[in-house]
Amino acid sequence: MANAEVETEVITTADGVPLKQALKKALWERKKTALLLVAPLFLFVMITFLIPIFDMLIRSVDNSIAGEQFPTVIEELGDWDLNSSEIPGEETFQALVKDFKAGAKAKTISRLGRRLNYEMSGMSGLFRKTARKIKKLEPPENATEAMIAIDKKWGKIETWRVIKRESGRYTSSYYLSSLDAEKKSDGSFGMKSEDRRVYMNLFWRTIRLSFTITFLTILLGYPIAYLLSTVKTKTSNMLIILVLLPFWTSLLVRTSSWIALLQKEGVINDILVGVGLLSDDNRLAMIHNETGTIVAMTHILLPFMVLPLFSVMKTIPPSWVRAARSMGATPFTAFVRVYLPNTVAGIGAGGILVFILAIGYYITPALVGGTTGTLISNFIAYHVSTSLNWGLAAALGTILLLLVLALYILYDKVVGINNMKLG
Amino acid sequence: MNKIFKQTLLAAVASTVVVAAQAETTMIIVSWGGAYTKSQQRAYHQPYMDANPGIIIVNDDSSSEGASKLRAQVEAGNVTWDLLDAEAPNAITLCDEGLVEEINFDEDLAPAPDGTSATEDFGKSLISDCFIPQIAYSTTLGYRSDIYDVAPTKMADVFDLKNFPGKRSLEKRPDPNLEWALIADGVDPKDVYKVLDTPEGVDRAFAKLDTIKDQVVWWTKGSQPMQLLADGEVAFGSAYNGRLFEAIEVNKQPIKMLWDGQALQLDGWVVPKGAPNKAEVMKYLRFATDTQRLADQAKYISYGPLRASSAPMVGKHADLGIDMAPHMPTAPENMAGAIFYDFEWWADNKDDLAERFESWLAKN
Repeated sequence: MANAEVETEVITTADGVPLKQALKKALWERKKTALLLVAPLFLFVMITFLIPIFDMLIRSVDNSIAGEQFPTVIEELGDWDLNSSEIPGEETFQALVKDFKAGAKAKTISRLGRRLNYEMSGMSGLFRKTARKIKKLEPPENATEAMIAIDKKWGKIETWRVIKRESGRYTSSYYLSSLDAEKKSDGSFGMKSEDRRVYMNLFWRTIRLSFTITFLTILLGYPIAYLLSTVKTKTSNMLIILVLLPFWTSLLVRTSSWIALLQKEGVINDILVGVGLLSDDNRLAMIHNETGTIVAMTHILLPFMVLPLFSVMKTIPPSWVRAARSMGATPFTAFVRVYLPNTVAGIGAGGILVFILAIGYYITPALVGGTTGTLISNFIAYHVSTSLNWGLAAALGTILLLLVLALYILYDKVVGINNMKLG
Repeated sequence: MNKIFKQTLLAAVASTVVVAAQAETTMIIVSWGGAYTKSQQRAYHQPYMDANPGIIIVNDDSSSEGASKLRAQVEAGNVTWDLLDAEAPNAITLCDEGLVEEINFDEDLAPAPDGTSATEDFGKSLISDCFIPQIAYSTTLGYRSDIYDVAPTKMADVFDLKNFPGKRSLEKRPDPNLEWALIADGVDPKDVYKVLDTPEGVDRAFAKLDTIKDQVVWWTKGSQPMQLLADGEVAFGSAYNGRLFEAIEVNKQPIKMLWDGQALQLDGWVVPKGAPNKAEVMKYLRFATDTQRLADQAKYISYGPLRASSAPMVGKHADLGIDMAPHMPTAPENMAGAIFYDFEWWADNKDDLAERFESWLAKN
């Protein structure tokens, strides 16, 4: 009983505030300082990372342009059936003339043409042509005939189906394109025709090359890291500079040097021809193809493998392998049973770093990859800066992001993310 | 500490005042880089800066991605370019989409020395309300003179792997590769766009390109094919005629060129909508596009000036002293096998074919 009384009695500080409350307050003060200290980083990440990613997600489904350019047409199309076998009536065509006149005056209508062109080729040309001619068109009696006179595509059911289908605020068509699929004119889904399929192949190539490169960096980096961790500190410091030196050199410089080395008339081919291993007509094609991408990217990403491996190997006491050997293990067994399991954390860390960097690489493949060695990021860049199909670029980017997350989760399930050691 | 702070502040204020007093205007002019920008620099950028001390012209070499970057700038609401050097089809597209300013040719541009109006002086080359034509250039073919026993003589030879083996370089875009493919496949040059306007025609052009696809190194900037040819990385390939002139006549490289199949294109100025220094730019344009300046440019690079009044004034190369007239793509003797670019057709079809071209490239 006495014990219970002590427990319920509230302990207070000298000025009468309950201790719990005072403690909470003091902790909150400290938390506030901590929050203030992280605030700049939080804001930075928010503004430069999270908001753009969110914006990208929105862009990949955004279709507001249809509503902006075709407000009356879309309203008129409201009760027109997508599967109808007849083109919409005169009211819709009157609305078309009205929206087109407004859009042609503001010179914004051809942007919608460009958007619809992603769905059906020829729409961009149709819109451009109509915009040129509509300015001279007097408000017509029969808008249907007038528009068909400008271009007979306005009288085609397919044109109207595309406009109707893509009249919503949001669209799935960018994602469909990213997967080489499309909505057919009757509303069903299907794969694109063979000569227009690109992206699945590219996603697959990107993953395949990224795995190859990761594997090669492990193969090349493991012995280097082992050497670094076993020699004297003075020597290893020297050697680590050799690993870091290319790391500090500009990416473009390193990539360009590979061009000088690998090209047809380059150093390696010259040497091979010089010593008689190759005839002058059979110089190896090592650049502007997949080989070029693999060689250059393996070299560039190697430090990301060596450094985590090195930091892990450094902590493995040499006595462990010696102990295994003294108990009768062959060098091979000692390596496989004792040394290798202890470096898995480093392989995992290096592997995931290299793989994730490789999957998003684009400057190096753009310079040395030719057409067979380009990756999905090159196409994202192409759509961002050249074709300006930002919606498709956003969809491709989102899929790539999901792919990386999926592989990360897979990695966590198989190896366990807690086993990763970055140094 | 305090003293240092005050001094720094003073220095900062002083430098601001100096900058303000000079009232400099910096114009960012976007062009193609290399020999072309150099010719512009010598023919009109530098003379204009010398005559107008307050003006600084900064060259940006992004014209190969000019149309798309300008679209991006306008969509992002932040136009930083003052003037863009663009090819005609892109200029038409930009004009249609309202991304560049319309030009009042007779008012904004100088008349010819004899008083002929600018509209008349530029004549047929005025193909859009927003585009001030500057030069005619051509994409044509060059080859290493030290590789083949029998030199190529016609454009179709670039598709002939049997007699002219080895890597070739082509520009990484559908035009004029599709036109070339069709002509090499036997289409009459006059009918190229008629054939290309049909899906079968496009298939036929890509099928022809398929025959050399694995031997092509694709280039995106005018300087690349020259480097590839100079290194011997390719033996044959397309390039701009001005770059070829520079490599052959100025740098004396073992390269020769063909005029057969040259695709004649127009290049000129467009003023981005929302250009930061529009008033200054218009003043500059009046100077840079007058008869004398256009003729001057031909002293530095072999592109044909588009004012009728400039043509007779084309003289000798500024450094080499050779006659420039025979090196112009518009010279009558070079025009025999020329392809006349259909600007309207490309403006309407560029998006489609660029997409098809990119997916074709990505296939193994």
